[in-house]
Amino acid sequence: MSTLRPLIQLQQVSVRYGDVTALSNIDLALEPKQITTLVGPNGAGKSTLARVVLGLVTPSEGTVYRQPSLRIGYMPQRIRLDDSLPLTVDRFLWLGGPSPTKARRAVLERVGVGHLFKRSVHGLSGGEWQRVLLARALLRSPDLLVLDEPAQGVDVAGQDALYGLLKEVRDEIGCAILLISHDLHFVMAATDEVICLHQHICCSGTPDVVQRNPAYLALFPPQNQGNLALYQHHHDHHHHPEGDHNTTDGLP
Amino acid sequence: MIIELLLPPLLAGLAIALVSGPMGAFVVWRRMAFFGDTLAHGSLLGAAFGLAVGMAIYPAVILFCVLLALVLTALQQQRLIANDTLLGIVAHTTLALGIVALSLLPQVKVDLFGFLFGDLLAVTLPEALGLWAGAVVILIIMAVSWRQLLSITVNDELARVEGVPTHITRTLLMILLALLIAGALRTVGVLLITSLLVIPPAAARRFASTPEHMALLASLLGMAAVLGGITMSWFLDTPVGPSIVIAAASVFVATLILPARA
Repeated sequence: MSTLRPLIQLQQVSVRYGDVTALSNIDLALEPKQITTLVGPNGAGKSTLARVVLGLVTPSEGTVYRQPSLRIGYMPQRIRLDDSLPLTVDRFLWLGGPSPTKARRAVLERVGVGHLFKRSVHGLSGGEWQRVLLARALLRSPDLLVLDEPAQGVDVAGQDALYGLLKEVRDEIGCAILLISHDLHFVMAATDEVICLHQHICCSGTPDVVQRNPAYLALFPPQNQGNLALYQHHHDHHHHPEGDHNTTDGLP
Repeated sequence: MIIELLLPPLLAGLAIALVSGPMGAFVVWRRMAFFGDTLAHGSLLGAAFGLAVGMAIYPAVILFCVLLALVLTALQQQRLIANDTLLGIVAHTTLALGIVALSLLPQVKVDLFGFLFGDLLAVTLPEALGLWAGAVVILIIMAVSWRQLLSITVNDELARVEGVPTHITRTLLMILLALLIAGALRTVGVLLITSLLVIPPAAARRFASTPEHMALLASLLGMAAVLGGITMSWFLDTPVGPSIVIAAASVFVATLILPARA
């Protein structure tokens, strides 16, 4: 898909539930291969906006343009699966659409959890679930990946590893990415555009620009973070989702 | 002689148990046991309606069950009353209405016990063959839409994004369940059908590692329960519907002793 038009374009989109306005006058364009991060406090309408993009919510007002035959891969926050349903990771991937076994095995390898192929989905860790959900989204060869708070329930190193993987995936298959995050300190470094949302779009731009914008600072005042210093450090190793890790410098 | 007598009930029971495997698995996975119960209770009202207007029982019950399933599915979207409360109201109201309506029909002598607990031994051969035809149709529809059915059960939103018509698929499942319950009315009865839907999959769960495996095993265990129940009824002269449920429960208890898998 190489057109000049965006994959998805929202114009003056508003969503209301009864008297409650969840979103008002949103203009948003998701361009091919771009990484967009949606930030905002709880209740800002981030998930609602993602659901409009996904086609799960019909706006009360405004228009949504979607490229014809646009394929979206969706990675929900988490899957709550009843224990009564026995399911292997392989079968879970198959549910996303018919695919050859080889492809399912390969995509699982690609996201770094090939060993989970025959494992039951019950008892996967948060990080493993994330990889499996990403694999299912990737099996659809998506033009757009939508991820709802993928960082939740994963530690900093896991988050870092996931963001690294997402960037690789974007570079490999050339999909656009829409990422929801409430954690402002760890907006994905490769993000092209950050959109700060609070029912309406407060500000948007590259991560650097947004972090200095008065509207952003009004929503996330720096003094609120007094007790949460950001620990800057160099990663000399990376963690696998299952918990063990490799050192990259050869030391144990 | 014995074969001629027992063949139709046996065939009918096996057909119901066969479909109850996969269908019951969905009832368990989607926590729809109470929903199934409500449909079963409501089916009695359908039977009363059929008798009152002189309609054949099966079409009347099927019609009523499917309608009730659609109404309930729509009502469950509201948020005023919790779902189990709603189902409790509808289940017992329709059951009461059904019993009262049957008692008000002076021209027909109705075997209420047969409706409530089933009358498998009264099933005729054409009836049994009809149940098999229905069973095959339900199974084919389920097999064709298996991935969609499973996908909305695992995660409805993900299924929708991936292009599954979730509303249609959910409604289809409700209709198939209603059809099965209507068909089972004469065999295990209003009060016992849910147990045939729930017990075999519950017994199968511990030995299954995939959904298909669980559904298939549930069918086999259900069929074993039907065989066991009819045998028990034959030798001990017990009512056949409850005997089947006892057999199913025995199978369930027996599986608890065996070591589980995954």
